Amino acid sequence: MTDPKMTGWRRENGRVGVRNHVVILPLDDLSNTACEAVANNVKGTLAIPHAYGRLQFGADLDLHFRTLIGAGSNPNIAAVIVIGIEPQWTGRVVDGIRKTGKPVEGFWIEQHGDINTIASASRKAKELVQWASELPREPIKVGDLWISTKCGESDTTTGLASCPTVGNMYDKWIPQGIYGVFGETSEITGGEHLCKARAATPEIAEKWYRMWQAYQTDVIEAHKTDDLSDSQPTKGNIEGGLTTIEEKALGNLEKMGHNSKFLDALDPAAAPAKGPGLYYMDTSSAAAECVTLMAAAGYVIHTFPTGQGNVIGNPIVPVIKITGNPRTVRTMSEHVDLDVSGILRREMTIDQAGDALITMIGRTANGRLTAAEALGHREFVMTKLYRSA
Amino acid sequence: MTIPHLLVHNPKDNVGVVVVEGLKAGTEMFCVITETNADFRLVTHADIPIGHKVALADLAPGDTAIKYGEDIGKIVASVREGDHVHTHNLKTKRW
Repeated sequence: MTDPKMTGWRRENGRVGVRNHVVILPLDDLSNTACEAVANNVKGTLAIPHAYGRLQFGADLDLHFRTLIGAGSNPNIAAVIVIGIEPQWTGRVVDGIRKTGKPVEGFWIEQHGDINTIASASRKAKELVQWASELPREPIKVGDLWISTKCGESDTTTGLASCPTVGNMYDKWIPQGIYGVFGETSEITGGEHLCKARAATPEIAEKWYRMWQAYQTDVIEAHKTDDLSDSQPTKGNIEGGLTTIEEKALGNLEKMGHNSKFLDALDPAAAPAKGPGLYYMDTSSAAAECVTLMAAAGYVIHTFPTGQGNVIGNPIVPVIKITGNPRTVRTMSEHVDLDVSGILRREMTIDQAGDALITMIGRTANGRLTAAEALGHREFVMTKLYRSA
Repeated sequence: MTIPHLLVHNPKDNVGVVVVEGLKAGTEMFCVITETNADFRLVTHADIPIGHKVALADLAPGDTAIKYGEDIGKIVASVREGDHVHTHNLKTKRW
């Protein structure tokens, strides 16, 4: 098939976005109220409330900043207002986002109060949203896109149909210069030998394996009470016919496709730095946490295979839902962007499904609202590594 | 083309996946191995929901269940060909 004609916004740093948001970004939980008030005052802006940002330290604090700065830097965002309780950490996020060259301004609440902060930030937000509204779309090419993937509420149909559909898209588009990423460290368990074998070099394979082993040791073995059978697979997975983590992992890994090796094993929310290609990111398998980390790494479109019908969205990145389960198509059609259930009936090949996904990615880049966008799903969830001080 | 009742990933697999809704006990299923397009017939012994697995052979406790040509866990209760395979007779080897 010929590639879809697509348009987007080329940002100051050369990266391409497919949305043109003006975001009101809280530094911390305390600033959510002011951010939501500004977004209510100024139409066309988007507040991204979240739960954390106070008394974090060490690697957990580093991840907090990397996630907020990365999210604000995402090319789907034209401009950013940051609001925090105090000026120093607020300034750190502002300075990080400013490196992209996009307009960003910080406001803080101490010595001003919510009402004055909201008034000042709202004036600036109005200026920014009017500026952004006149930024034109321009033609973009396939290789400008960064496309992430993570599946959710998987069942046995995801391994048969929707995950291989994503893998087929990667097999077709990674050679054209896109950036891809997959993750879900705990959910590789049972398929770790297959994943490790797909690293680009023995060094990357070892780096990846240490990441996977650390998750087993530091997270699962350290915190489990008997076994993980109540959580992994999830109750939805089991309802859908998945029995063990090994079975779930093997279906999950179908998203990689068959041809690409991954170029690096990234820390959570870390931007890929080894050029176009496929990457692995160390993430939780919880949908909103994983998609948020990938958005913070700079990915602009997310492809999300689901079996039983995970409804997740993200405020920054359009999340395209793909399902091969005909019951989910029938009972939850409002959440489905691409129906590949024809694969189960042998009416559609994986190759045809991959082409259909490419067409849907093109329409999404060009502005079609995904099901999750139309339904208002904006799950922005910070990953927290341990308790705050 | 006949619409399959059951899909099997790999010729080495000893379980397959029901891909139609409302499958009834006693149905002679049309089964397809996706990797090779080979097909065969198998009778199921239970009503099995879409997405759930069926044994392609008799399996004994301690046997390994194979899907995608890979190990997906251990059989923990006797299974006959055509039986429903799920959490009551298959467990992870991991946690």
